[in-house]
Amino acid sequence: MDLPNPNVHNPKVDLTERDVILRSASPLPPPPERKLTSVAKLIDVSKCIGCKACQSACLEWNNMREEVGVNTGVYDNPDLTPNMFTLMRFTEWVNPDSGNLEWLIRKDGCMHCEDPGCLKACPAPGAIVQYSNGIVDFVHENCIGCGYCVKGCPFNIPRISKVDHKAYKCTLCSDRVAVGQGPACAKACPTHCISFGTKEEMLQQAEGRIKDLKSRGFANAGVYDPPGVRGTHVIYVLHHADKPEIYAGLPNNPRISPLVDLWKGGAKYAGMAVIAITAAFGLLHHVVSGPNRVKPEDEENAKKLAGAKGRTP
Amino acid sequence: MKAQPYDVMPGDKVNPGDPVTVDRYTTGARINHWITATSLVLLALSGLSLFHPSLFFLTALFGGGDFTRFIHPWLGVVLFFGFFGLLLRFWRANLWEGADNTWLARISDVLRDKEERLPEVGKYNAGQKMVFWSMSALIVVLITSGIVIWDRYFSDAFSVEQQRIAVLVHAVAAVVMISIWIVHVYAAIWVRGTIGAMTRGHVTGGWAWRHHRKWLRELVTGGRRS
Repeated sequence: MDLPNPNVHNPKVDLTERDVILRSASPLPPPPERKLTSVAKLIDVSKCIGCKACQSACLEWNNMREEVGVNTGVYDNPDLTPNMFTLMRFTEWVNPDSGNLEWLIRKDGCMHCEDPGCLKACPAPGAIVQYSNGIVDFVHENCIGCGYCVKGCPFNIPRISKVDHKAYKCTLCSDRVAVGQGPACAKACPTHCISFGTKEEMLQQAEGRIKDLKSRGFANAGVYDPPGVRGTHVIYVLHHADKPEIYAGLPNNPRISPLVDLWKGGAKYAGMAVIAITAAFGLLHHVVSGPNRVKPEDEENAKKLAGAKGRTP
Repeated sequence: MKAQPYDVMPGDKVNPGDPVTVDRYTTGARINHWITATSLVLLALSGLSLFHPSLFFLTALFGGGDFTRFIHPWLGVVLFFGFFGLLLRFWRANLWEGADNTWLARISDVLRDKEERLPEVGKYNAGQKMVFWSMSALIVVLITSGIVIWDRYFSDAFSVEQQRIAVLVHAVAAVVMISIWIVHVYAAIWVRGTIGAMTRGHVTGGWAWRHHRKWLRELVTGGRRS
């Protein structure tokens, strides 16, 4: 077995304003002076044992606490929450080819899309930014809690806090990456199912894993780096990459919803134009036709009519 | 006693004198109107601030983005109930009549201020009726789609896909509504002597003669409610 060791030399960067390449509800920032190396988190689903160490590490690093829940007889925690940025999703799947029961475990969380739908939908300037290394981050001071990012996201990831009414999701540990550390979940993973490095390295590592999986009978093993959102900075190795939806509904061909495109594209410009044209029409009409005034003869006629009434009992 | 014409509302009354004045809106109707109008203007400003990034600065009028997000849906609730009051008051006088089709067919004469070519108009002309009914319909669309995207209380009640549809419908309906509002306001400005109807409650006899002659005749010949 000649699999490469997971990357331990994380690219050292310091994420600051100058590395922002996309900013919500704002004009495109000037091209950055430096372009950071594209990073990625690789989640090799075939190696996951469902221990939830990543969940614990995520809560720990972000200093979040979830209320202790109730065991309903399944391994799943209920859902992503404003505190829980990542979650194991468990699926029992009967492989129709082999008749085997396969236990599919997928670590869910923000995919850090190259074409981020959340950022596209966000109305608050600077509440969502994308750095040149690919990390999509929420800037909570600027967030107004409207929930538009939820509608923009093709993966149903952001959650709005009922406490401070701000949107929360995985940051890809941007605060750790900024000082050359890998994400907390990757550090905690005991099986090296989660690795972090440059996107190139991660894709290479995925290739090695896919070769291995194929040699062991998983003919459809492959990488999940969906082109519909121009690729993601969290990528999966799936043993059944031909049907990602069996992994607790991982979208087969995710893209920003056409409804969101229309809302944030055509509707935005056409809407402003319709309002402006209506107002301009009114202005123009008044300029060319002048006010519609009551004439003295109208008042005379009214007086006559009202007078006639005075005579009628 | 004569049957009450459909377009004569309680409080409508001719006051002989020089000039003749005509009571058009009761105090209650006027207060109802201005509550609705204020909420609509504030809704348009706060809604537009979240619709186009170049208008985000309007959130400053409401104390910032968070407060704009908070207040907008509540203003919508005020508008809904405010307009519901107007609907109860005005629906009957806005029922569509055959003569309204003629008026509408001659809309170019309306815009050229050639009212002598138009059929005599009751309390409301066809344009006013269209504003009224389209506002009624749009408010239903806006409050319904608005509830679907009112994240604070209803985020769990609707699927993300339903919310995407609702947010698009909400934006389109709002644009149409703002445009109709512009027509409504412009008509009130263009037709001089109109605004007094909604402020002081009355217009001059000449105004009623010129623009709503059928209504004036009905008031004079005494179809009034006792």
